[in-house]
Amino acid sequence: MNIRFAASILAVSTLAVAACQKKPPEELPPPPQQTTSATPAPMQGPAAGALGTQSHFTNAVGAANTVVYFDTDRYNIDTSSSAKLQNQARYFSQYSNLTFTIEGHTDERGTRDYNLALGERRANAAKNYLVSLGIPATRIRTVSYGKERPVELGSNPTAWAQNRRAASVVIN
Amino acid sequence: MKTLSFALAFLVAAPAAAQQTDLGAPLPEGGEVETIEQAESGLSFTVTDESAWENLGIAIPAFATDRNVPTPANQSGTAALGVELARVVTANLRNNGLFEPTGPDSLPRPEFAQITAPSWATWSNRGAEMLVQGYVRGRSDGRLTVGCYLYDMSLRSELVREGWVVPAADWRRAAHKCSDLIYSRLTGESPFFDSRIAYIAETGPKNNRTKRLAIMDSDGANHRFITTGRSTALTPRYSPDYRKLVYLSYVDGNPRIYVYDIGTGQQTLVTQSENPTFAPRWTPDGRSILYSMAVNGNTDIYRVGASGGQSTRLTDAPGIDIGGSYSPDGSKIVFESDRSGTQQIYVMNADGSDQQRLSFFGGRAATPEWSPRGDQIAFTHITGDFRVAVMNTNGRNIRYLTNSWQDEAPTWAPNGRIVQFFRTERNSGSTGLWQVDLTGENERRLPTPVDASDPAWGPILP
Repeated sequence: MNIRFAASILAVSTLAVAACQKKPPEELPPPPQQTTSATPAPMQGPAAGALGTQSHFTNAVGAANTVVYFDTDRYNIDTSSSAKLQNQARYFSQYSNLTFTIEGHTDERGTRDYNLALGERRANAAKNYLVSLGIPATRIRTVSYGKERPVELGSNPTAWAQNRRAASVVIN
Repeated sequence: MKTLSFALAFLVAAPAAAQQTDLGAPLPEGGEVETIEQAESGLSFTVTDESAWENLGIAIPAFATDRNVPTPANQSGTAALGVELARVVTANLRNNGLFEPTGPDSLPRPEFAQITAPSWATWSNRGAEMLVQGYVRGRSDGRLTVGCYLYDMSLRSELVREGWVVPAADWRRAAHKCSDLIYSRLTGESPFFDSRIAYIAETGPKNNRTKRLAIMDSDGANHRFITTGRSTALTPRYSPDYRKLVYLSYVDGNPRIYVYDIGTGQQTLVTQSENPTFAPRWTPDGRSILYSMAVNGNTDIYRVGASGGQSTRLTDAPGIDIGGSYSPDGSKIVFESDRSGTQQIYVMNADGSDQQRLSFFGGRAATPEWSPRGDQIAFTHITGDFRVAVMNTNGRNIRYLTNSWQDEAPTWAPNGRIVQFFRTERNSGSTGLWQVDLTGENERRLPTPVDASDPAWGPILP
């Protein structure tokens, strides 16, 4: 997941500059051809980007802290997720001009409409937790992709666990 | 021919308009089908025994023509078109599973005069209990006249006849009308062949799917893409008059519901709200749209006029209330809700009152769809695997129609006899459209150019 974000920073920045409207792209460009890996690799490779980029964010908080995970059909923020969100809250308090998006996702083992609503619930739960830590709600946008954007491609519990997530993304 | 029209549609759709649109060029509208020559006679023959799968032998030779004239419908003229018409009818009846048709390629070709006075000797000893005779004539205005006659071979008498005048471009509709005529007369069921299907065409890897809105005839012909695929499109529904499609699009970066006008090629938002919206559905009269909207993570069902205006909220339980399918008379709505802790099916009056749980089967029950016949509700039942199932409208008598890893989102053919759904393959994530009869028989894949999901079957074409 690290390498994916780092490698796509240039493309994201270009998109942000070139776009006529201040709307974020629907989705970050696809990752380079990589087979799936369950654990995020330690940060290495290109240096972090400037403030306002995703790579600045992941470099500061650690890539693992940008994504929280959920049990099947659940949308509660558990202890591990709250620790990650506290890391995020520190960052977003420090850089108080930043706005960002929380994307909500589900695994493929659900029907399409319900999963869109469940993804929204998850994104919203993460947002509410950050708001409770003092981040103004107006700086946080949520979007649900339901089961449409998995990161792990297998049809097994391990892959599904990786896809049930709410990912914080800085798009400027 | 199918590949060529696919490539052509893609080329037409490619030139980008404004940055925030994702629509291809507008589609030419279909023409009208006029019905002529109605007469019914003879004995009634009905397939009523559902326990045994009847294979009714039926001979469908090429449609005759009085003069072989050029027609836009076929580059070789009306004689060749007569063969094509019979082929479409044969394929329809074969795919349906109730018939064992023999098509024009295995049969002699009747003369025009024989259509109303069959040469019985020609058709006997071919194992066919029924005989179809048809004709096609080119008119001076470019349209076609198509006649369709059904005969009982053993009685040597005509059962039913009908004729239609169609624009040349709509020649296939005449074949579907003929198929419907035969099907209805012999089974007692309502027609369904002359209809269209909206769905989502899928390409690309599992973690970066391209999803495009597409439409096609009930047999997969006349396929058209509506969106370019630059943004994800999901869960389309035809309006009852076939003039519009309602669907979900991420074209502005968020899930929003649009009403797309097929004639103009323009679309409008169903609501101006900034909240995410999902699962659009039409009311039976086509005047309003149901949609589900999430506010602070809580999703509820709303109704709004098809041309906009104030929304009426129908549910307000904590949790996810989503979807919604009307009974054919418009008085009730079945929907899904997880207010009990898991996804289950509920029914309510059309004004949102008297909400009752219907599904008590264990596991989860999702995507309920009310049959056009009013007697059954199709849905996805999840206990491990995802299976297409039906139940009575009181929530009893669950019957499974399929048994695979992930079958979901059943919708009904216009006659309430066939259920269509999409099947996802494990690991690869490949998807395809499938159909199955209400008896669970005749499960078959519907051919589509690429992978496919979210099928929605429109009513009989007006």
